[in-house]
Amino acid sequence: MATESKVHKKNISTYKIVQIVLGVLFGGYLAWRLYQILIANPVYGADTWLRFAIAGIILGSVYALVAIGYTLVYGILHMINFAHGDIMMIGAFGGYFVFEGLKNIPAPTSADPGLNFLNAHPVISVILAFVVGISIAALSGYFLERIAYRPLRNAPRLVPLISAIGASIFLENAAMLMFGAQRRDFTNPTVLTRGEGWDLPVGGGTVILTYTSVLTFVLSIIILVALYLLVQRTRMGRAMRAVAENKNVAALMGINVDGIISQTFILSGALAGAAGVMWGIHLGLVYYFLGFIPGIKAFTAAVLGGIGNLPGAMLGGLFLGAVEALGPAILGIDFQLKDVLAFGILILVLIFRPTGILGEVLSEEKV
Amino acid sequence: MAMLEVSNIHTYYGNIHALKGISLTVDKGEIVTLIGANGAGKTTTLSSICGLTKPRQGTITLEGEDLTPVKPHEIVTKGVSMVPEGRGIFARLTVAENLDLGAYSRPTNRQEADKDLEEIFSLFPRLKERYSQVAGTLSGGEQQMLAIGRAIMAHPRLLLLDEPSMGLAPILVQSIFGIIQSINQRGTTILLVEQNALMALSIASRGYVLQSGQIVLSDTARNLKENEMVQKAYLGAG
Repeated sequence: MATESKVHKKNISTYKIVQIVLGVLFGGYLAWRLYQILIANPVYGADTWLRFAIAGIILGSVYALVAIGYTLVYGILHMINFAHGDIMMIGAFGGYFVFEGLKNIPAPTSADPGLNFLNAHPVISVILAFVVGISIAALSGYFLERIAYRPLRNAPRLVPLISAIGASIFLENAAMLMFGAQRRDFTNPTVLTRGEGWDLPVGGGTVILTYTSVLTFVLSIIILVALYLLVQRTRMGRAMRAVAENKNVAALMGINVDGIISQTFILSGALAGAAGVMWGIHLGLVYYFLGFIPGIKAFTAAVLGGIGNLPGAMLGGLFLGAVEALGPAILGIDFQLKDVLAFGILILVLIFRPTGILGEVLSEEKV
Repeated sequence: MAMLEVSNIHTYYGNIHALKGISLTVDKGEIVTLIGANGAGKTTTLSSICGLTKPRQGTITLEGEDLTPVKPHEIVTKGVSMVPEGRGIFARLTVAENLDLGAYSRPTNRQEADKDLEEIFSLFPRLKERYSQVAGTLSGGEQQMLAIGRAIMAHPRLLLLDEPSMGLAPILVQSIFGIIQSINQRGTTILLVEQNALMALSIASRGYVLQSGQIVLSDTARNLKENEMVQKAYLGAG
């Protein structure tokens, strides 16, 4: 016993030392790169940095929305819903078809007889796109749980994970069969034309703060705050947290556990749907495979922040967005390598801090 | 008519036959205790009554109503509350949120809820001091108080208590049992599972002795205390 605990202690300290040494090396390298790129040898002006930062924040707020879906479901069922990114794709298609439909509805005025509904009433159109995208995605989330996960509620943990991957492949291929494999242009109302916005004079150049990025950011923040209040302050949120902590005791309180699980999937689907519509409006392309990369990026963000932890998912999303946008420039690597950076972080977090930034130590019961 | 009537229930965990035909009754206003060794089936009996582990055979009726087909989350609305083994408080929620969840089954307005809270604070003044604290930071005794307080927020007709003395200092055990008695005097019927047989029998009117999933003895608490077998097995008499 005595020797065993000694060995155990020694292992931990070696591991800690490796961790600290690597941390110092990486931190030193980062500081040196920052010095190089900002002071000694500036490659980019302030305007370019601002452009990167804006791109990062927008990307991050979308990741945050999707990451919360992973974290909500994980908190309650302790499973990774790998089909979550595809729910986002469904939401994006919902918004796309609303815009396409409205584009074909004529709304002529005396000034412009060729005007369509989309451009005549852009605010209503955008609201409609979000409502439809969110509803379809929420509904998909609900049925996903009922069909793919509920029958496996008491199965070993690996089984629903495999089912999730199957559901993801199913959704992608169903979308491909229904909507085709080609990429489609997401037509915005003209007031929301991509690339247009307010000009900000910064450091000798101008940075365009686009309307779509402002829309995406503001809407994400509103949704994130609303969600946080919902979980922390309402009866439903309290029941969700109780179910996350102990399903049996929650049932003893009179909480319908299956109902709360359904509501969780509806909520996380709705968030992914909102993210999907934003993705379409801001980036302009929809296709059946669209949810895959943001899905795993958001999963990375959720793990980064500490899976099961709401503020963690928000923070992780924003951080990952910033890393993707600023990281390649700071490290002086090719921008095509941003995905390598993002998933490199996932691997590092899983090795050195599996509980994430804000995560708590998982209890035996959860593991 | 008995308030709670459990007749001949058989409960399984997978292939394990945990309860082999348990029958018991609890009359209105009584404190009845189930005593027995570890693994005798005491906790399983309680979780069968509140629906978490449904019996495969037999019936459970509460004032004539069959509880066997009722879903676990609906049983609390029938008037059965349980304080689970190991307290089962929501450690990451505050004391206030835990108590609110106790009343989840019967949506109340603020005034009613405040009145209920006052009653609970009169039983457990400590909970008032700890009201906005996260429940996981409470001491063991306080957590037990919270678990009991939460259960009576539902206004149960029948309160099931699973090992309320577990892990508590003897002085706390005394006060918890005193509180259980006073809850009973206010009109709540109690079915108490305990390993501390002496304490349980001292407040109960009747008791059942469980052994490997079967009831081997049932009598008034006083007679059980005198019973030679009970004394040997559970009361530590040589």
